[in-house]
Amino acid sequence: MLPRNIRNEDMKNIKVLGGGCRNCEITAQVIALAAKQAGIEIELEKITDIAEIMGYGVMSTPGVVVDGKLVHSGGVPGPDQVRDWVEG
Amino acid sequence: MFDTLAGLLVYQGLGLDPASRVGAALHFFVMDVAKIFALLVLVIYVVGLLRAMLSPERVREFVRGRPDWQARGLAVSLGAVTPFCSCSSVPLFIGFVEAGIPLGVTFSFLIASPMINEVAAVILVGILGWKLAALYVAAGLLIAWFGGLAMQAFKPERWVEEYVWKIQMGQVDLPEPDRSFAGRHHYAVAEVREILGRLWKWVFLGIGAGALFHGFVPQEWVGEHLGGDAWYTVPAAVGLGVPLYSNATGVIPVAEAMLGKGVAVGTTLALMMSVAALSIPEMLILRKVIKWQALAVFAGVLGVAFTLVGWGFNLIA
Repeated sequence: MLPRNIRNEDMKNIKVLGGGCRNCEITAQVIALAAKQAGIEIELEKITDIAEIMGYGVMSTPGVVVDGKLVHSGGVPGPDQVRDWVEG
Repeated sequence: MFDTLAGLLVYQGLGLDPASRVGAALHFFVMDVAKIFALLVLVIYVVGLLRAMLSPERVREFVRGRPDWQARGLAVSLGAVTPFCSCSSVPLFIGFVEAGIPLGVTFSFLIASPMINEVAAVILVGILGWKLAALYVAAGLLIAWFGGLAMQAFKPERWVEEYVWKIQMGQVDLPEPDRSFAGRHHYAVAEVREILGRLWKWVFLGIGAGALFHGFVPQEWVGEHLGGDAWYTVPAAVGLGVPLYSNATGVIPVAEAMLGKGVAVGTTLALMMSVAALSIPEMLILRKVIKWQALAVFAGVLGVAFTLVGWGFNLIA
């Protein structure tokens, strides 16, 4: 079996922006689950520092950043959206 | 319709006596749960379908760089149509400061936002009638406008936490939303689930409190103590609202029960506003961006405003 925790340069990086609100937790879980179901390894980060969050131009949390690009802000994203981020 | 349904369930189904306290309370509870949740689902879905919910990012773009009175007018009206979770207050505050929007305008927005929103307005009309709904909304808009002005007079800039001034916001280019019908429908359903998921506890609590008041508080007692003749009932209602927290929708059934028993209109409105807009949890969230002096002034300004509005309505009515 391949070691699963080695950082892969090709691995998709997804950041969930949010200061620990409930919806931010849910969003991170939804993304982790979608990746697992698709059998894709992703790097999932939770950004809770308000200055860093605002740095992405986000005022409504949770926000989602895929490979450095903001793709979502405000509310828990839908399952279709999440699948696109993980697989696309 | 909801009245009949509740009657069928409580009086015939459970065999309770309409004249008994438990019967009256349970009838109120069943009727309001059915009515308010039906209205909530409908209104949130329609608003979601129209994509009428503005994001705080858009509000910020609208308000920035305008003369004071225009910015305040926009802040008050946009605050009234955007129901924000109080957890967004901090990024919102910082975003407004970063855009150079005057603090008084930001406070106007922060007052209007929890107190008025389109969902609560429709439910107010459905439960209390359009006259009271109009009174509540008009009073809320007035308080947001003048409350923000009053805050400005205290020069609150000196109480903003240092780090807030230093934050630099990145450029936003949010992805274009899906404008097809299917996309709108998905968005609307997601909104219903998200907002109901956040609201249902408050609504149940509010209906429960309303039902208990309706069933168990005797009319004579209310008439004697809360009829609006005594000057202190309004400030007492405002004070009672501070430790109590609910959102604007959750307090509606409480107001319904109070008005039904003859509590004066101004006293009821003062309690509603205080519960929705002046609360300790909200204050603690704002404490992350402003010092406690600013919070004390903010609470003072709102408390005085609610009291004046309550007295005003009691005088007219």
